[in-house]
Amino acid sequence: MSVSTTELSVRPRRILVYRHSVLTRITHWINVLCILVLVMSGLQIFNAHPALYFGQKSDFDKPALAMRAVNGPDGAPIGVTTIGGATFTTTGVLGLSAGSDGELRQRGFPSWITLPSYQDLSTGRRWHFFFAWLFVINGAVYLIASFLNGHVWRDLLPTGRQLREIGKSIGEHLRLRFGHGDEARNYNVLQKLAYIGVIFVVLPLLILAGLAMSPGVDAAVPWLTTVFGGRQTARTIHFICASLIVLFVLVHVIMVLISGVWNNIRSMITGRYAIVTTAGETGDKP
Amino acid sequence: MIAKMRPTRRRFLQGLVPGIGAISLAGCDNLSRSPFFRDILASAENLTRTVQHAVIGEQALAKEFTEADISPAFRANGTTQPDDPDYMTLAQNNFADWRLEVSGLVENPASFSLAELRAMPSRTQITRHDCVEGWSCIGKWKGVQLSRILDQVKLKPEARFVVFTCADELEQTLDGTGRYYESHDLINAFHPQTILAYDMNDAALTVPHGAPIRLRVERQLGYKMAKYVMKIEAVESFESYGRGKGGFWPDRGYEWYAGI
Repeated sequence: MSVSTTELSVRPRRILVYRHSVLTRITHWINVLCILVLVMSGLQIFNAHPALYFGQKSDFDKPALAMRAVNGPDGAPIGVTTIGGATFTTTGVLGLSAGSDGELRQRGFPSWITLPSYQDLSTGRRWHFFFAWLFVINGAVYLIASFLNGHVWRDLLPTGRQLREIGKSIGEHLRLRFGHGDEARNYNVLQKLAYIGVIFVVLPLLILAGLAMSPGVDAAVPWLTTVFGGRQTARTIHFICASLIVLFVLVHVIMVLISGVWNNIRSMITGRYAIVTTAGETGDKP
Repeated sequence: MIAKMRPTRRRFLQGLVPGIGAISLAGCDNLSRSPFFRDILASAENLTRTVQHAVIGEQALAKEFTEADISPAFRANGTTQPDDPDYMTLAQNNFADWRLEVSGLVENPASFSLAELRAMPSRTQITRHDCVEGWSCIGKWKGVQLSRILDQVKLKPEARFVVFTCADELEQTLDGTGRYYESHDLINAFHPQTILAYDMNDAALTVPHGAPIRLRVERQLGYKMAKYVMKIEAVESFESYGRGKGGFWPDRGYEWYAGI
């Protein structure tokens, strides 16, 4: 930030800076489509056997998580969800819910969040595996390019100063105050940590756990399933990682909404992000 | 920003989100039913099969477990009690009159009684059974390697697949396409762990698990491992069977290559 020669221009001005490369923008929107389809078709697949276990095999009497319909005290069916040893009534959402025909049916997750909306495991698998390939290829393109062009070091890795001031950033987020000036040229430290965590921890774990469920992959790479602690544990980890991705997306969308929704959306479409600057320079060149 | 909007625009946008949601849900259901779009989605199966074939290696074995790992209650899925009268007659007599027919594109068509199969060299394996629904059970299987049978009848060079016809009707249909069948390529057919199992957990295979024999193909999902096998045929193409997709479940939208 240098204002040495143009003292007159320290008046705050609104300029557009080039924030997202074309590669980031394209891979981002492909990710949006893939994650939406993968989560919804994944829940369709989960609904074929709405229970999770630990270990190599399923102990049907002791699931870690299970959703089902049972008869309630008055004889009417209710939806129940069991986590560990605890059972919760989740009628209408988990275990028992109405489809588009309005009829209550036993199903894990409700039909409005599964793909297709009606129970159809084979079609759910078709969607899931097609978009899994697309997601992995898209992610690989993004990763390779981002290592080559320096996006990872330049934009994603937090600086030492950012890490030292993480407390300040947390405070700002809690007060819903976001940088609009020159500091908004870069991702903030919490943003960077969230992106790194998703890109380099949660997603690789999620993909590997998914592969560990494949009997074919198990024959090729037997240690993979062993590392996860068994096929059923891998399935549970796949589910947990997917839940973390859903959580990430929810927080991400909320942050987009409250930190200047149109500015954010424009920057992910055209690449240009408006900031208020007191610096002398004009918007960056792409 | 939202607060600055005029009420009508705000209401429009508020209605837009669930509106788009409902339309896209219905749209996805329509796409799910469209044969054209289903074919596009199904193209991923070829990619998966190609990559898995390249990575796995023809002879790689599925993991084998110990006695301590065996599931106390192995779930029986699909048909658990075939209602075919001929099958029921065979079952009443403990399958003493059952014969496995092996024919099609083979030099020496043959048939085998259960006693003859039991007299052949056997393989025993404790493996994990992965159902397409997501659950797994571990069981101990003893049977004769399919490769022994196929070597005995000698496949003709044009044989590319092996089709297993079963005794059970899993879906009642007018044209008979509800009868269970499955097919495998020759890689799976000659894999060392591919056996015609007659024993499960040290006892004769029970009816719910596919007596008198069920196929074990340990690098694939459960539905590829046909139960109640009555006939094995070597073929060049499986298009004339069932609805042409190579198996009861593949005919109903599931992958023929079930390695994932």
